[in-house]
Amino acid sequence: MTAAISVRNLRKTYAGQPPVVALKDASLTINDNEFFTLLGPSGCGKTTLLRLIAGFESPTSGALEMFGEDIVNLPPYKRPVNTVFQSYALFPHLTVAQNISFGLEMLGKPKAEIKATVGEMMELVQMTAMADRQTSQISGGQQQRVALARALAPKPKVLLLDEPLSALDFKLRKEMQLELKRLQTETGITFIFVTHDQEEALTMSDRIAVMEAGTIRQIGGPRDIYDHPAERFVADFIGDTNFLPAEFIAAKGGQAEVRLASGQTTTARAPEDGATSGKVTLAIRPEHASLVSEGEGMLAGTLGNIVYFGTDTHFHVQLDDGTAFVLRQQNTPDATARFESGARVGVKFGADVAQVLRD
Amino acid sequence: MADLSQRVEKRAARVRWMLLAPALVILLFAASGPLLITLVYSFLSPGDYGGVVWTFSTDAWFNVVMQRDIFDETLSFSDAHLSIFWRSVKLSLITTLICIFFGFPTAYFIATRPKSQRDFWMLLIIIPFWTNLLIRTFAIVELIRNEGTLNTILMALGVISAPIQMLYTEFSIALGMVYVYLPLMVLPLYASMERLDFSLVEAGYDLYATRLQVLRRVILPLVKPGVIAGSILVFVPSLGAYVTPRVMGGGNQLMIGNLIELQFGQGRNWPLGAALSITLLAIVMIALMSYVRAVGNEDVKHG
Repeated sequence: MTAAISVRNLRKTYAGQPPVVALKDASLTINDNEFFTLLGPSGCGKTTLLRLIAGFESPTSGALEMFGEDIVNLPPYKRPVNTVFQSYALFPHLTVAQNISFGLEMLGKPKAEIKATVGEMMELVQMTAMADRQTSQISGGQQQRVALARALAPKPKVLLLDEPLSALDFKLRKEMQLELKRLQTETGITFIFVTHDQEEALTMSDRIAVMEAGTIRQIGGPRDIYDHPAERFVADFIGDTNFLPAEFIAAKGGQAEVRLASGQTTTARAPEDGATSGKVTLAIRPEHASLVSEGEGMLAGTLGNIVYFGTDTHFHVQLDDGTAFVLRQQNTPDATARFESGARVGVKFGADVAQVLRD
Repeated sequence: MADLSQRVEKRAARVRWMLLAPALVILLFAASGPLLITLVYSFLSPGDYGGVVWTFSTDAWFNVVMQRDIFDETLSFSDAHLSIFWRSVKLSLITTLICIFFGFPTAYFIATRPKSQRDFWMLLIIIPFWTNLLIRTFAIVELIRNEGTLNTILMALGVISAPIQMLYTEFSIALGMVYVYLPLMVLPLYASMERLDFSLVEAGYDLYATRLQVLRRVILPLVKPGVIAGSILVFVPSLGAYVTPRVMGGGNQLMIGNLIELQFGQGRNWPLGAALSITLLAIVMIALMSYVRAVGNEDVKHG
């Protein structure tokens, strides 16, 4: 498969006292036709990486290629890339239709073709009725659609999206997530999506790069990242996680035999380049473990708070070694309360559910 | 109850009037009043030693554009006055255009500095205002007069063998006015550029617009209010400029302002001076209206 974007040891330092390193030698490959997400907290360098790809910033060092072509010295208006800005950045002096046709006009497309493409794009984002509106006269969700149509109209090879859904309300955001995924599949354009919202990343992406402090922590599919976080930061940032201290006993082909604090042993997934001995940390998702009677399961403890969340219930368990452990169980109509706060309980989880963290 | 609400309303109305009063007083005494007096004077006859004689006459208005030959009483257009009007309009337009040309990049430069540095650059723009206009004008005279700094240096370098006559030309008047009024262009331009969302500029680049296209299609339409305000602020005082053409034009390159002063001074023809003043006002109003209309029409075409 061709690499749409290839980033090698890309570094960006902003001058200042002291200089700020926004991106520390990041390397990644984004495939053609992929919905790729850069996920991380604010200030992690994800927007910097996006702006480097768009050409708004130039890298301090490193290589940046698009379909095999070096684009480091290409100005943004020569890159076959379009951006959906966080603030949408719609031109306030132009109408909806004029905004969408702007890029096509700049490319010098014939008038008839521009008209056809603009019509097509407005159809695609369901804005045909608003063609002659001023951009200040339409709602936030509609502005978002126009920004999307404007960026898609010149048929870029890569579409960059900088937290485009963050200004929308919850319900609209959900709708737009599905809409974006549909557009990506329909157009076949490579999407690079920047967000700090882990749920957004998990629902839409083919692959995710989790970033922190200017470095890429883990790259993988949504399931991969969620079920098998490579390090504590990733496990912590995406979803809720229980961390358990354990001791590494033996490695066997990607798996690890570990001894828990309770003395029991279990197998866990091991990272490729992690420790193979000594003390390690295990990560277990709250919904991957279940609450059982005392004596059963691998861990024992006392049940603390039981918190009802509607779709599921959270059980807070104080393990005997002092660690806190949270379990999540889905609520069903016929479920009866099996355990009460203060009861002695056991915690059970299957082999391969736990993940040994790299650090 | 009704009484109370009525009283509250009356009180609010009184407060409104009291707040408006200072502005109204100034408008009455500083704008409408003098204007009315000027208008009345323009229809009176000149007194022998200045002032006016209270007899109705349209001679002043007639003399604004026409003249009667002293010997054969034939009528002709007053070439002197018309050429002064033309020079005033021409130099003011040139001044405005030059101010846009230099002011635009200056304002853009300041608006794109980090926030903490902008105040410093604005200070540099404003500093000339701290000095008296006359002194600033004479400073330029010193620079460009025949034995002045510029000519001396050029001659010492051997670039020229005889001094270039720069002072007392239309060039020197335009130079002086650009120097004096440039900040009035930079300030409103800066104000509109500071509000400019620079992600729109990035969006322009992103959508394949080159630098020039971004300037023409994105930045200019968005800072147009600043350009209009700056143009008005420069053009209007340029048209009525008095000190600059007086000092830099040396008395033979008159502008309307000097012509008016002449009538109230040596000319001892107050009604003509008053009529010329009203004419100046009319020229300004016509120019502004056609300018705003031209710019407004463009809006309709685009929108």
